[in-house]
Amino acid sequence: MIILLITGYTLTTGSVPVLQRFGSNFFFGTAWNPVEGRELFGALPYVMGTLVTSGIALLIGVPLSLGIAIFLVEMAPRALRVPVGYLVELLAAVPSVIYGLWGLFIFRYWMLHYIETPISTYLGWIPIFSGTPFGLDIFTAGTILAIMIIPTVASISKEVISAVPNSIREGAYSIGATKWEVIRYWILSYGRSGIFGAVILGLGRAVGETMAVSMLIGNATGPAAIPTSLFKPSQTMASLIANGFLEATGSLEVAAYIGVGLILLLLSLLINVVAHVMVSRLLKVKGGAIE
Amino acid sequence: MNGAGATFPYPLLNSIITKYSTNVKPNAKINYQPIGSGGGISDLKTKTVDFAASDAPLSASDAAGAPNAVHIPETIGAVTLAYNLPGVPSGLHLTGKVIADIFQVTITTWNDPAIQSLNTNVTLPSKAIVTVHRSDGSGTTFIFTGYLSASSSSWNSSVGQGKTVAWPNAPGGAIGSNGNTGVASTVNGTQYAIGYVELAYALQNGMTVAAVQNPAGNWIRPTLESTQLAVQSGAASGLPAGNESWTSVSLLNAPDANAYPIASFTYLLTYKELNVIPGMTQERATALVQFLWYVVHDGQDLAPGLAYAKLPSNVVQIDEATIRSLTFNGQQLPTT
Repeated sequence: MIILLITGYTLTTGSVPVLQRFGSNFFFGTAWNPVEGRELFGALPYVMGTLVTSGIALLIGVPLSLGIAIFLVEMAPRALRVPVGYLVELLAAVPSVIYGLWGLFIFRYWMLHYIETPISTYLGWIPIFSGTPFGLDIFTAGTILAIMIIPTVASISKEVISAVPNSIREGAYSIGATKWEVIRYWILSYGRSGIFGAVILGLGRAVGETMAVSMLIGNATGPAAIPTSLFKPSQTMASLIANGFLEATGSLEVAAYIGVGLILLLLSLLINVVAHVMVSRLLKVKGGAIE
Repeated sequence: MNGAGATFPYPLLNSIITKYSTNVKPNAKINYQPIGSGGGISDLKTKTVDFAASDAPLSASDAAGAPNAVHIPETIGAVTLAYNLPGVPSGLHLTGKVIADIFQVTITTWNDPAIQSLNTNVTLPSKAIVTVHRSDGSGTTFIFTGYLSASSSSWNSSVGQGKTVAWPNAPGGAIGSNGNTGVASTVNGTQYAIGYVELAYALQNGMTVAAVQNPAGNWIRPTLESTQLAVQSGAASGLPAGNESWTSVSLLNAPDANAYPIASFTYLLTYKELNVIPGMTQERATALVQFLWYVVHDGQDLAPGLAYAKLPSNVVQIDEATIRSLTFNGQQLPTT
C-alpha cells in the first residue's frame, strides 16, 4: 500500500510538466512527436492499443484456459491429470522475453502464413481485417498474450473447479443432468467468482506485459498506432515506455513517458476495483451458494 | 572507473576495455554500461560516471547542464539502407531525396518512376513499400533523420531530426522494431521492406544494402573504407576543439568522391577538470586519461575486426590535444 502510494506520487509529480503543457490533450491527443522544439504528446492510441491487445488475449485465452481446466478436473484420467497440469504451469515459468524471441523468429511467420494471409485474402473487406498483414501487429501480439495468460488462468480455474464439492456434482447427476449440463449449470456457476478472479489476474498480466509485446506489436507511434485493424502495427503503454524511455532526452519527453506510466497505473487500479466490485456483487446475488 | 552511455559503440568499447585491463594495465577496473546515449548524458550531468558515451554531441541545453564537458570522437557510425526485394541484390541506387520521400510516403511503391529512373537495369516490383524504423530512441535514428533533414526540405519542415521522431504512416505499413537486431530481423522477414541499420550490423549479417549517391554524384556502397573517407574529407573542413560545441559537426554528405554520405562520429564525454566528479582522486584521474589515450590510439586497431571504422589521423590529433588538456585540481595528467 505504501509502495503504491509512493509510486503514484512519483509518477504524478514526474508527469506534471507534460500535464501542465498539454492538459487533457495528453489523455485524448493522438500525436507523439519528441523532436526538440516540436513536442506534442498524446497517450490515447496507446491506451487503446493496451485495451485491444488485452481484450484479444482474454477472448482467445479465457475459453482455452477454461477448457483446459475443465478437461483436467472433470474428464482427464488420473494418469494424464498431473503431468498435463504440470506442463501448463510450466508455461508460466517461461520468461516473457523468450516468448518475444520465439514470437519474433517463428510464431510471427505462422501467424502470417497460416492465419493472417488467408483471412486478409478472403475477409479483407471487413474493416478490422483490412491492411496488408506482416505478422507484426495487434493480432500477433494479442495471441502471444493469450498464450502467456493461459497458465495463470488455467491453473487457478483448475483449483477453483476441483474445490467444487462432490456433493454438488452428485446432486446434479441425480436429477438427471448430463455431463455438459453439470459443468455448464453447476460447476461453472458455483465457481464463477473464483474463475472471474483468475481472469482478472490474467488481464493484469496482459495489460502490464512489456517485452514480448514490444517485440511483436510493430511499435507504431502517433495516429498510426490507433488500432483500427487487427493487422496494423500499434503500441501499448508498456511497450511505448520500454521503447522510448531510455533514450528520452528533453525533460518534456521524459515527463511524457512518466505520464503514460501514470495512466497505466490508474488503468491497472481501475481494473482491480471493477473486479472487486463485480466479485462482491456476484457474491451478494448468489449469497446462499457461495461463502 | 565507471562509464555509461550509447549501445552502438559498446562491442568496440568492451573489447578495448577487456584488452586494456588484461594486457596493458592489469590493475585497471573499468566498467561500461550500455544504457543508451540519453542515459549516458544524464549520468554525465549528475556526475555519477567518470565518462559517458553518446552518438549525438551535447546539445546546447545538455552542455549547460554539464559545463566544461569535452567531446572525444571515438569511432564512426554509418547508417545503411537495408532492403528485402526478391531478386534484387545489394547496390540498388538511391538518392537522399528519394530515401526521404520513401520514409515520408510520397513514394509508396517500388516501381515508382523516381526509383526506377535511378535503376534502369533493375526490374522493380509494383508492390507497396513497407518502411521499418527503430522503435527505441537511438543514435542511429538521430544520424539517419539528420541525413533525411539535410536531403529533403519537406522532411526537415514536417518531421525533423531526433533520436525518436513522428514517423509518417506508410500505406504499405510502417513498422517499428527494437534495436538494430529487430530492424534487421523485420527487414529480412518482410518482403518489400526497407529499413536502416548500423554499418557494423549490416556487414556482420551480410544484409542487402543500397548504394547511396554522394554529393560528387557517385553511387557509394557502405563499407569501412567509404565511411573512413567520409571522416577524412568531412573533417578536413576543420573540427572544433574538444571543449567547444560539436553540435554543428556533420560528416553527412562529405565532399570526397568516394565517401559514403551517411556517417557520424560517436563520442566519449568527460569533464575538462576532473575534480568536479565526486570521489575522483589523482590516481583515478590519471587512470582515466591513460585509458582514453589508449582508446584513441592502440584501441583503434581493434576497430576493423569488429566492423567499425578507424579514426583517421587528423581526428586522432584533435583527440590527443583534448586528452592532454584534461586536468585534476588544475594539474595536467600523464597520458602514458
